[in-house]
Amino acid sequence: MQPAALNRFASVLPASRVLVRPAELAAYESDGLSAYATRPLAVVVPETCAEVVEVVRACRDLQLPFVARGSGTSLSGGSMPVADGIVIALNRLNRIECIDPVERIAVVQPGVVNAQVTAAAAAHGLYYAPDPSSQSVCTIGGNVAFNSGGAHCLKTGMTSNHVLGIRAVLATGEVVEWGGRSRERTGPDWCGLFTGSEGLFGVALEIVLQLLPVPEMFHTVLAGYSSLEAAGDAVSAVIAAGLLPGALEIMDRLALEAATAAVHADYPPGSEAVLIVELEGPREVVEVERRKLEEILRASGPLEMRPARDMGERAAIWKGRKSAFSAVGRLSADFLVQDGVVPRRRLGEALRQIGTMASAAGLRVANVFHAGDGNLHPLILFDGRQPDGLARAEALAGDILRMCVQMGGSITGEHGVGMEKRDYLPDMFSADEIDCMQRIRAAFDPLGIANPGKMFPGGEAPALSHHGLHPLEKAGTIERM
Amino acid sequence: MFEPATLAELQDAVRGAPRVLCVGAGTKPRLSAVEGVRISTRQLCGIVEYDPAEFTFTALAGTPLAEIVAVLAEQGQHLPFDPVLVEAGSTLGGAVASGLSGPGRFRFGGVRDFLLGVQCVDGLGRLLRLGGKVVKNAAGFDVPKFVVGSLGRFAAIGAVTFKVFPRPAATRTLSLPARPGLLERLAAGRWNIDAIDIPPGGQRVLVRLVGPEEALEPLAADLLRALSAGDDAAEVAPEFWNDLREFRWALPTGVLVKSAITPGQVGDFTAGHVSCGGNVAYTSVATAAEIPAHLVGLTLTGNAPLWVGGRPRYAVEAAVKQAFDPDHRFPSLDD
Ligand SMILES: Cc1cc2nc3c(=O)[nH]c(=O)nc-3n(C[C@H](O)[C@H](O)[C@H](O)COP(=O)(O)OP(=O)(O)OC[C@H]3O[C@@H](n4cnc5c(N)ncnc54)[C@H](O)[C@@H]3O)c2cc1C
Repeated sequence: MQPAALNRFASVLPASRVLVRPAELAAYESDGLSAYATRPLAVVVPETCAEVVEVVRACRDLQLPFVARGSGTSLSGGSMPVADGIVIALNRLNRIECIDPVERIAVVQPGVVNAQVTAAAAAHGLYYAPDPSSQSVCTIGGNVAFNSGGAHCLKTGMTSNHVLGIRAVLATGEVVEWGGRSRERTGPDWCGLFTGSEGLFGVALEIVLQLLPVPEMFHTVLAGYSSLEAAGDAVSAVIAAGLLPGALEIMDRLALEAATAAVHADYPPGSEAVLIVELEGPREVVEVERRKLEEILRASGPLEMRPARDMGERAAIWKGRKSAFSAVGRLSADFLVQDGVVPRRRLGEALRQIGTMASAAGLRVANVFHAGDGNLHPLILFDGRQPDGLARAEALAGDILRMCVQMGGSITGEHGVGMEKRDYLPDMFSADEIDCMQRIRAAFDPLGIANPGKMFPGGEAPALSHHGLHPLEKAGTIERM
Repeated sequence: MFEPATLAELQDAVRGAPRVLCVGAGTKPRLSAVEGVRISTRQLCGIVEYDPAEFTFTALAGTPLAEIVAVLAEQGQHLPFDPVLVEAGSTLGGAVASGLSGPGRFRFGGVRDFLLGVQCVDGLGRLLRLGGKVVKNAAGFDVPKFVVGSLGRFAAIGAVTFKVFPRPAATRTLSLPARPGLLERLAAGRWNIDAIDIPPGGQRVLVRLVGPEEALEPLAADLLRALSAGDDAAEVAPEFWNDLREFRWALPTGVLVKSAITPGQVGDFTAGHVSCGGNVAYTSVATAAEIPAHLVGLTLTGNAPLWVGGRPRYAVEAAVKQAFDPDHRFPSLDD
């Protein structure tokens, strides 16, 4: 380690919380995009917000790049270290500072795990709506940086729609506080700009989240179809009827096979696709809407419809759905999770094209997606032992992303650009638009030290590493969605 | 004054004078009461794209909200945040730049939560399309959100893309006598309430229930029973919301200030209109001299400082202004 840097951090943190030995650094070299790895100069482990501020100011003074890190579950390489930079590990800043049942808000430190917010709010009949499938491990700080989503975005929105206030230390060392405990604000929405900035502006220190009352009733239906198109048409019919379900999800045959193998999920025989629709609300409303939904689904020609009769059956439906990603690990040791968006009406066409491109590339693709949002998650299966295995999978992933943009959609719905998709940003934005974003970035971070090499095209590629599941998935701690 | 009719003409207009500011219908006059050549968005008008099945539309900035509301209603859809000053002639771009949402903000969020994308001209005269056109997008910085409430001080808004929702089949409005703790009980209840407002005077609480017609009767009855609202509760006509949205209660030539508050502060604002379950307050006074000392907020109309009670200032804010508008073609937030 450079002695100057070492000395400076030693004056901020005890030596035990400045990790420099290779064995200690190993756990931080990758994130959820586990095909790549980079070794940082050091990992620092602050325990207070004041320490984070000091660390960032030290990085500024030393012009050392830093990467904030929550649980490292980013699927786009967002939390991958910068070579010879600092990793600021935020997991010890894990205090829920307050749950206010009257104002229906939570004030949390960035290292608080997503699911813990809902767990703490449950006693008051409240919950935190954004529910990425990594919610049992991913942190609010990471969610804020990536504006993370989940299965309920169409109705309740993404992380950004639930962040009321942010206190952060910017890469300049300035500490700012935007928004607050009110659900409204006046003036430009700085909080909205910070959310989704992928760690390129600075480090969030404290976040105010809005909480919602837990819906009184859920009604979840699983329907099997003989083709993906038929399932897609059913989604359109639900939307056309004016219903606004809490969730509208589709799994294709390969994803169903995987879920069946992994968690013994049981699907209507012969299904090429399964649609999951969930209504939520007061019982009076759900009772009326469920009859309407049943009519629509019956008219959509399903092989079979299975409404959940109790919370146990509902949980089983969701277990199959939420396990689908890691379950694909049973079909192939190596796979890439993609994340793109197309206009909803073009879902069927998009899936057909993905199928065609996959066969041309000689690769298998399983599809699990948030059909209500047009948010695709193609899982590209490949063999990492073949010399060009990963390269071919990445080429197909790139083709899929370009197709999304051509259809008027987006290169990412919820996983962020990170390192992985930075070269696709120009497919979506013009040179002027990227320049505008870079100017904004420079306003927050004139030295370019906050998570450099992410989001914007160019920059050094990190080294290839191992393949397969995230270490936490292998341990069965988290599952993909 | 410039009157661009296309986005290219908007670029020309921005480049056309050293100091410019977009104005819509001028329904929040204090926000544009600054020196500079006006760029009227009157001609920059029309819905560019609307696909009900996608839950999205794109329209030019000068499109009247009334037109948007009507076109969406034909397809059984709406902007759930309940835009304000619709009848007064307010434009879509003005709603975004001012960041004003109506009572419906309570349930699903405000303008910021439904704005997906923006086409704007920065201070360098470049037309930029930021955000996306689909209901979900996480690529690039969320500039559309930043533009909400930015008062045209960073870029000129040319067109916007919004997410919309199906319009509830039916609505029902109850008026309850105000009492301590009522807001919280309503907000945390099981009834899925769409809006909770306290009209000026602070005596009543307006509650809007939405859903299928046949569900609303039992839902309303249950709500009244659970809160023992008793004889003093009444069902009222939906026009009440309209009067609030149009600020018909405010002094016509006075000062109107918007404040972001928390439910705990509601007691300080009983003279004005408290909206969004106690998260927004509007105060109307005859002159700036009568503005209560504790008030912090944004002046929408009348002769008073733009930022009542001041606003926080950070070095980065000036730097971001510089990034969008290095030659200061647009006024600053303090002008
Ligand atoms: C199995 C699996 C399932 C997933 N499912 C979903 C899903 O359903 N929906 C979804 O949206 N995502 C999903 N993800 C992606 C990932 O979980 C999210 O992006 C999550 O928000 C990352 O949180 P984290 O704590 O792991 O952040 P990290 O990976 O540690 O960091 C992510 C980014 O945030 C930055 N960051 C972290 N903390 C801060 C802070 N305090 N201030 C500023 N920047 C910070 C980092 O620098 C990095 O750029 C999934 C990932 C996995 C592995």
